[in-house]
Amino acid sequence: MRRLKVLLRTTAVRLSLLYVLLFALCAGFLVFYVTSMSESLLEQQTQDAVSAEVAQIEQVFNRSGINGLVKTLERRARQPGANLYVIASPSGDILAGNVASLAPGVFDHEGWISEPFPYQRYAEEDTKRPHVALANVLVLSNGLRVLVGRDLAEPEKFRILVRQSLMVALGVMGLGALVIWYAIGRNALRRIDRMSDASTKIMAGDLSQRLPASGTGDEFDRMSESLNAMLERIEKLNEGLRQVSDNIAHDLKTPLTRLRNKAEAALSGEDTDGAYRASLEDIIGDTDQLIRTFNALLMISRVEAGSAVAEMQEVDLTQITLDCVDLYEPVADDEGLHLSAGDLAPGVRVQGNRELISQALGNLIDNAIKYAGDGDRPTVHVTLESRENTAVLTLTDNGPGIPADKRGDVVKRFYRLDESRSKPGTGLGLSLVEAVMELHHGRLELADGEPQEGAARGLAVRMVFPLAG
Amino acid sequence: MVDDMKILIIEDDVEAAAYLTKAFREAGIVSDHASDGEGGLFMASENSYDVLVVDRMLPRRDGLSVISELRAKGVHTPVLILSALGQVDDRVTGLRAGGDDYLPKPYAFSELLARVEVLGRRKGAPEQDMVYRVGDLELDRLSHSVRRQGREILLQPREFRLLEYLMKNAGQVVTRTMLLEHVWDYHFDPQTNVIDVHVSRLRGKIEKDFDQPLLRTVRGAGYMMKSD
Repeated sequence: MRRLKVLLRTTAVRLSLLYVLLFALCAGFLVFYVTSMSESLLEQQTQDAVSAEVAQIEQVFNRSGINGLVKTLERRARQPGANLYVIASPSGDILAGNVASLAPGVFDHEGWISEPFPYQRYAEEDTKRPHVALANVLVLSNGLRVLVGRDLAEPEKFRILVRQSLMVALGVMGLGALVIWYAIGRNALRRIDRMSDASTKIMAGDLSQRLPASGTGDEFDRMSESLNAMLERIEKLNEGLRQVSDNIAHDLKTPLTRLRNKAEAALSGEDTDGAYRASLEDIIGDTDQLIRTFNALLMISRVEAGSAVAEMQEVDLTQITLDCVDLYEPVADDEGLHLSAGDLAPGVRVQGNRELISQALGNLIDNAIKYAGDGDRPTVHVTLESRENTAVLTLTDNGPGIPADKRGDVVKRFYRLDESRSKPGTGLGLSLVEAVMELHHGRLELADGEPQEGAARGLAVRMVFPLAG
Repeated sequence: MVDDMKILIIEDDVEAAAYLTKAFREAGIVSDHASDGEGGLFMASENSYDVLVVDRMLPRRDGLSVISELRAKGVHTPVLILSALGQVDDRVTGLRAGGDDYLPKPYAFSELLARVEVLGRRKGAPEQDMVYRVGDLELDRLSHSVRRQGREILLQPREFRLLEYLMKNAGQVVTRTMLLEHVWDYHFDPQTNVIDVHVSRLRGKIEKDFDQPLLRTVRGAGYMMKSD
């Protein structure tokens, strides 16, 4: 019973119920229309036939008088399934014909009798239900009345037949609908049950579970597929999260241990005030580095979670680039690196967050200063161009570059090339840039830059944004 | 140097509050302490303070609600929000709630002190002054010109804004982060000593050829414009 209730609540059942109603209405209308049309057609035919016969009878009477008329009528009346024939006196008494009795007052008017009337034939004992007929009355020149009528049993039978077939059709339709409800509803329910079983398992923590698909490519399959794609992404994110927490454990515990060791060393030694001071300052420096790493990690996860999306608006990428280059130019200059922003397309607008884009660009410039600054006449060139639907912000340097097979790794959290481990840094800079680009529906590309003579291959870093609007 | 400043610290971590009270006292600032939101709200509305230092997450009433309640009551004491959240969007919500400044935890005390001093001084800040003067250095905000001993000094637009901010807060410590926020409008950590390089370039322009230094470096804190 409960199951039936659930079934009744399914969309399939509701829809088929609606269709059955609509279809029944249409069918009812059609049947009504057809019966009324055919009834009036049949009536018309009857009337035509009766009228023709009346005309014949009048001719017979005119030609051969009352005797001829009686003879003709008697002959006609004996035929099976014959019409009604009555010859009556002007007062309405039946003189001849195949009718035993008639409703009174039938002979009062000449022409069509407006209402069907009951009558009784000879040799018919059955009086349970009197026959009903439609008739035309002819008044002869000698005052006698002749009635020619037709029994209405045939159209009545037709109507009953049509009504019965309507009933049967509706019954079949209803039955069909019930079967379809049951089949579709139950099938849908069973598949939804399977999906909710699978999701229960997934909710219990087994992220490797997938929703079942029947392989027919129907709407349930499509839903399963997109939910499975979502699960895939969640699983990947989850995996990433676990990896990150492992990394955090390693990369934060190492400096924490160092910090602790330094504090212990300062305590155990019999140092002067100056040495204590130096130790403490060293410890604060280490702490700041830790905080920096921690902030960068938080920032990346915030950006990846997309919580900064609310603060996105249309921004001028050209201006952001100019401001950022302006901030870093003196420090690059101090490090002997030539930072220039020569080719900037004017007024390039993208949908974004100024703060995050600036920070990402700042990270890239900082990287260039750190890693490309050691070469001979190092340069970093910043360009911005808009190509079709994208804005491409490129930093090209002539430093050592990144080997092609390591380019996928350097954006991972805490990954640092062996050559760069000696430099200060958190190993999170490019991860943040990539997260920022993903938030902006763009991408980060790494390629060879301006090759120098010797080993340096240079590096070109491209931030590709979709244009606003 | 700031003799009569009185502040209220609303912070639920008793140890941190005790440290702050002591550190502010050493800097010449008197501070009261409230350890929850309701108490803080009461004290801030009943007494007069120069600055409120409000932690964002507080028991019994959170920091942002304390601030908006105070603002609704017509209390316009400058508020500095301390928060462990410290991301761009949290900063924005904090300032929207009526805070005047925002400092993410963990912070250096020198940073907090510099910001509190600037906020406390704001009462009499020469916001309308069109000309800032420090010693023999003069900055005209209308004509965007800088003169020292009557001699014109040519500055880049960014250098002008840097000097403007330093002179507006003359006599007070201005940290690197404050400069980055107010002159460049950035709220992230630029990793390298970018601000130091900008300041030293500015210093070169306003102090070269002159005897008296005006722009000092305050060790472990930031910079200060001051004439002797």
